[in-house]
Amino acid sequence: MKVVALIKQTPDTAELPKVSVDEARSGQIQTTMVINPWDEFAAEEAIQLADRLGATSVAISMGRPDQTDALKHALAMGIQSAVLVDEAVAAEGDEWTAAEALAQAIRLQGDDVQIVLAGKMSVDGNSGLIHVGVACKLGWSLLVNVTRIAEVADGRITVERSFEGGQEVVQVPLPVVISVAKEINEPRYPSFMGIRKANRAQIPVLGKDEIPISPAPPRARWENLRKPEQRTVQVKIIQGATPQEKAAGLVDALLAEKVI
Amino acid sequence: MSVLVWIEQIDNEPVPSCWEVLGKARELAHQMGTQAAALVAGQDVDAIAQEALGYGADTVYVADSPVLARFRLQPYVETVHQALDAAQATLFLTNATVHGGTLAAMVACRRNAGIAAQAVDLHLEDGRPVATRAIYSGNMLADIHFESDLAVASIRPRSFPMPEPGPAKGTVVPLEIPLAEEQVEEKILEVKPAEKGEISLTEARIIVSGGRGVAADPAKGFQLIGELADVLGAAVGASRAAVDAGYIEYKHQVGQTGKTVKPDLYIACGISGAIQHLAGMGQSKVIVAINKDPEAPIFERAHYGVVEDLFVMVPALTEEFRKRLGKG
Repeated sequence: MKVVALIKQTPDTAELPKVSVDEARSGQIQTTMVINPWDEFAAEEAIQLADRLGATSVAISMGRPDQTDALKHALAMGIQSAVLVDEAVAAEGDEWTAAEALAQAIRLQGDDVQIVLAGKMSVDGNSGLIHVGVACKLGWSLLVNVTRIAEVADGRITVERSFEGGQEVVQVPLPVVISVAKEINEPRYPSFMGIRKANRAQIPVLGKDEIPISPAPPRARWENLRKPEQRTVQVKIIQGATPQEKAAGLVDALLAEKVI
Repeated sequence: MSVLVWIEQIDNEPVPSCWEVLGKARELAHQMGTQAAALVAGQDVDAIAQEALGYGADTVYVADSPVLARFRLQPYVETVHQALDAAQATLFLTNATVHGGTLAAMVACRRNAGIAAQAVDLHLEDGRPVATRAIYSGNMLADIHFESDLAVASIRPRSFPMPEPGPAKGTVVPLEIPLAEEQVEEKILEVKPAEKGEISLTEARIIVSGGRGVAADPAKGFQLIGELADVLGAAVGASRAAVDAGYIEYKHQVGQTGKTVKPDLYIACGISGAIQHLAGMGQSKVIVAINKDPEAPIFERAHYGVVEDLFVMVPALTEEFRKRLGKG
């Protein structure tokens, strides 16, 4: 069996405010790029699951051919092999085009891929669409916001998942696409040996020959990228001789704001 | 033609953010000269259908079946397909909760439709819907224009005002249930509902949050914060520092690696105001900061500030609210 982790390379979260509109439009981001933090949970779970099931783990990412740092991070953590899908195969496309390209890349890993893991969303795109699109294009089961993988047996998988109304234990047939929640594990730091191994690894790049996508017009256009208006607020410090006086002053102010 | 809104129910309680979306759908449908329709799926959901009529739906499609009692993607997607066809919808909207976001995405992908996920606003240009999304974790905005016949968007809770319910004028149309239980591959084996009375952070009108400032006695700190939240009918939030330190569960975390919230009132107790926290709550209407450090960066984003130790200030505030709100 193979377990796939989908990985995206994204700006370091501390540098997200620095990304300019021009950079976002062109895709030529100048900030430090790292593995999408949510995808670290997917990589960690793939490593643990491969160990538990005697399976092999594969990381797949989509990006420019030189964008291999996130995949190398996954390899350094302990993922066994990595594949990069050249984003040119889905040029001019939308999220569903990207999902189709990734679905094809997953199929190319062989029939023994039974579990695909993904983070809940990327810190740059913020859509949480890709894992849904991949499940749709593959025609596989989909489980989202999974907090624990309880059992994989007899062609079925049992997991615990979380949503606004609580938790559920659910079972679906394999193969399956799963988005993982932060509660599922504690991603490990790459070891020194792991980093050395990852740096030597050859990462194959899949291009248009391997992943043919028939060009279709995108179903949605992104326009008017802009920075949000900065809110400027002048804080009003509530004064008072005692905490009780301050509390009274604050409650007056909040009742006047009509937010209570 | 119509604008169709999915009404989420959890344990047969409608999720409030759906009414916000329905209110907006009604406004857009009016401008487009079409109808606002709602889809209510579940088991014994007549009361929710009536509520949807009260919130202004012209037609409410009702799919009532044990198969739909709890959210499962496959039968819900099939039900939405039926409703979209019956309503001849050109715009399909959900609230961007775990279920709503997934349902909108799967329906859009299956129908080869354009989608705006986690949208924060909607408007019309030349009679066609345009959705605004926040990207780069709130650091940029983009407008999504749709090229497909069907446009789909999931809308973050509290993006639109809660409409006032009125008299029900529309009609209820039952839908054929597309699947029998044997045809549903997903089986729910066990359910652990959220605690009774627990208010979802993303839906909350008021949030009281705690941070590293509770460190001297974390259990006591969050107990005091919980008491203030109770008096206000608020949800309890937390900063990443408080969650990472193990003071409170992750589901309470607000910020870039937690939930993005937009309450009317956000009371930050002992939270310094790291940029990652501000990314998650900076859109709140009124922000109050309680911190004993007058230099804390949170004061640069707060509307009201109190320089005081939260262990003294929070109970004083609870007491004052109790008195003034007549809950003493």
